[in-house]
Parts: sequence; structure tokens; C-alpha cells
Amino acid sequence: MSRRVVARASEVAPGTCKIVTARGREIGLFNIGGEYFALSNRCPHKGAELCRGMIVGLVGSDGPGEYHLSREGEFIRCPWHGWEYDIRTGQSWCDPTSVRARQFQVTVEPGSNLLKGPYVVETYLVSVEEDYLVINI
Amino acid sequence: MNVAVRHATAAQRLKVVDCDIHPVYRTTAELHPFMAAHWREHMATFGPHFRHGLTGQLPFPRMMAAGMRVDSFPQDGPPGSDLDLMRKQHLDANGVECGMLIALSRGGMEERNLEFGAALSSAINDWQLECWVRKEPRLRAAIVVPQENAEFAVAEIERRAGDPAFVQIMISPRSSDPLGHRRYWPIYAAAERCGKPLALHVAGYSGGHPSTGSGWPTYYIQEHYAMSTGMQNTLSSLVFEGVLERFPKLKIVMIEGGFAWLPALCWRMDKHWERMRAETPHLKRRPSEYVREHFWFTTQPIEEPENPEHLADIMSWVGWDRLMFSTDYPHWDFDDPKQAFKFRLTEQQKAMIFRDNARAFYGLP
Repeated sequence: MSRRVVARASEVAPGTCKIVTARGREIGLFNIGGEYFALSNRCPHKGAELCRGMIVGLVGSDGPGEYHLSREGEFIRCPWHGWEYDIRTGQSWCDPTSVRARQFQVTVEPGSNLLKGPYVVETYLVSVEEDYLVINI
Repeated sequence: MNVAVRHATAAQRLKVVDCDIHPVYRTTAELHPFMAAHWREHMATFGPHFRHGLTGQLPFPRMMAAGMRVDSFPQDGPPGSDLDLMRKQHLDANGVECGMLIALSRGGMEERNLEFGAALSSAINDWQLECWVRKEPRLRAAIVVPQENAEFAVAEIERRAGDPAFVQIMISPRSSDPLGHRRYWPIYAAAERCGKPLALHVAGYSGGHPSTGSGWPTYYIQEHYAMSTGMQNTLSSLVFEGVLERFPKLKIVMIEGGFAWLPALCWRMDKHWERMRAETPHLKRRPSEYVREHFWFTTQPIEEPENPEHLADIMSWVGWDRLMFSTDYPHWDFDDPKQAFKFRLTEQQKAMIFRDNARAFYGLP
């Protein structure tokens, strides 16, 4: 396990996903209203590149003919079979007890901290002025 | 990139014959070189004559990406229209050594104007050859026919029968009449003569009949399920009308209609036949025996029982030699060959399902 700098925070705008590679693994970085999350880019159902799916909310219903949308922008929907995962936890919506997308812990670090180490910087020239996303992997 | 490496390794391990790949044209202009001038004019002026409204739209709106894999859109055109992307994303990545093209888009199958349907079928067949099979030797075509007119259909079959690029004859199980009816028998006779199997892929609205016995479903989720019940109706029609008694060499593959229903249907048909056989005296054997001898099934979209081993039981009841792997690329319910089976297949079962059954069925070299 090491801590790796994987992106500038500014590269992952709210409501978007950026796919990066760290230690040979593809990881999707998400920004929900300024909070950052990271999920493995592999759907645990059938292996699709999960993070290339759509970022969606949940459609719910209290009974036939009633619809409501909740938690908009908090789920990733797999590009193949449409399984939905909670971006915050990786938990599957349709099979929450046994299926979970692998999650990585993300922190936002100012460039001034990173320059002190002991981080592994793979692709970035870190500057003092910017914030960076660091994951445990 | 780790994904490319992962795919290369998988491709080396598992060789696959994929029995269901959907090619699509970018625009209908791709068909123009294969159509007479007056039919091009007709297509531009009138368009298709389908039974469902909103022609050009999906009759049942789908949850995302018009029912396609979200990651399968090329830079230009719809999913399935770019051979290079298909190679990179599917044929190479999944070790597909042979892929069966199932051209669903605007062949003659659904066209009400039968002469136009014949011209479209022929154009689609030329297009499959020139734009796909000739460019990519791993692919094989299916003869698309205007099935509602047996005379035109037979003429198209005979025109293509000598070309090994065409390995089967495709007709829609959603036909105007149940496929056992005699109006379709000349097609079966032609299939038998040229030794090519019939491919029945769930698709279309050509018959104009509701997709369920109790009327049009409301939701796509119902419509999708109705494909498996529709296949049961088609299969029982072919069995009980005596098609297989009359055409003993006919081979039929049911594509994308599921297979878990088959054992129960056979048990039921056999039981009824024992008590009611006088009504269909042309059947000389139990219905299940015709099924066992004449029908094959593709695997996608594979059933996913809570206990994966239950699927192994069902496959053994259907017959390991009767199931052929398919992906449905680039549609949303694609099955990845590395992920489709959630239980351990023996090496022999794996070889049969992924490759050998299809090679024998299609007589691949």
C-alpha cells in the first residue's frame, strides 16, 4: 500500500469522472459536490469498464404511478448491464449484500504538503499553488 | 495500460466462436451501391413500411444509450458500424476467432412492401459481404430474406447458397404467421437443399402481432422477457405443424431467446403429446425428440440463477452439445466470454460451448 498522487483536483469537476491508472490499475475519480471518491474501473458483475458508464440518480416510487428522483449524481451506472453503484461506497444498488465495486480512499492535498513527501508522484510535476488527489493503493 | 494487457492474456487463453454480432450501417447511404436506382429513389421518397408507428424509433424506449453498450459508440455513427472498433473492442479483445453477423437493421424481414423488401434483403446481403466479411475474414454472414414472401425468399437463398461467406439463413421468429405454417415451408425446403441452418434471432415487429399473448406490453422490461415466451411459441409451432417431420435435415438455431425454459417446455409437450397425439398424427416421435435433433440455442443473455450451479443442471438437461456461446455485441446485455459463467465448466464443456459446438453446427473449417 502506498499513497499516490493521481490527478490535480481541478481535473475532476463536480458531476464528472476521470479515469486514471495507478500501480497498473484503472481507477475512476469522482467529484460529488466537492467531495472526491475513487472506484475501481471494473464492474464486479461482469467485468465492464464501470467508470465509463453514466453518472445518475435513483428513480424511486412509493407506488404505481408515482416517481421520484433522489440522490442525483451519486450513482454510477455500468455501461453494459446497467447495474448501479453508490459512488460514495461502491455498494451495488440491486445486490447490496454481496456485490460491491472496489473503493479507494481519496484525500485532497495541497501541493505544498506533497513536496515534502513521502508520496509517489507518477505523472505530475507538483506545484505549490494547486490541490492534488491522492489515493491509497 | 493494464486493460489492454488483461485482454491480450484472455485472448490467448480462450478461443471463441461468437454466434451473435450485430453489424449496423452508419447511414442508409451505405446500401446505395447495392440497390437499383429506382429503389434508392423509393427509399429516399417513401422510407420503410413497417407495422409499428414512429418508424426509425425504438418501439420500446430503453434505459440508456438506445439499448447499446455505452462504451461501444464509435466517434462517428452508431454502435456496430465501425469495423475497427469492433475488432479492437471485441474480436481481438475477446479472442473471437469466428463471429456470426446478425444484421437486424432494415433487412427485408420487416418490410411490408414485398418487392422493396426483396431489394433491401439483397442489398443487406451484398453489404454484409463487401463491408464486413470481405474485410474481416473472422466474420460470417447470414442470408437475410423477405420471409413473408416465400418465392422472393427462396430466390435470395438460391442466389447466395454457393457462397461460403453465408453460413445460415436468417428469419425473424416474429413472423406474420407462426413459423410452422405452410406458407414458410418453401424457405425450409431451400434451407435443406443448400444445407444451411436457419437462424431465428429475436427481433422485429413484422407480424404486427402483440409480443405477448395478452396484448402489447407496457415496458421494455416486459418486452424483453416476451422474447423468451415468443421463442417457445415459435418452437412449438415448428414442432407441432410437422416441419421437422417433413424436413428431416433442417437445423435451427434460436438466438437470444434464452434456453432455461426449454426443459420445462419439452416435458410439457411430451406429456400432452402422449394424450393428444391423435390430433397431430403426422408427428411420429415425442416432441422433445424433434427438439433434441433439430434445435440449437445461443447462450446470451445468459440466465443468472441465485445458485450458479443450477444453470449447469439446466445446461445438462438441454444438452451440452446444443448450446453455443454468443455475446450480442454491441448491445447492452452483452455477455463477456470471461464472465458469462459463474460456475466452473470442465475443459471439455468450455471447448464445446465456446467453440466446438458452433464449429460443428456451421461446418467451419
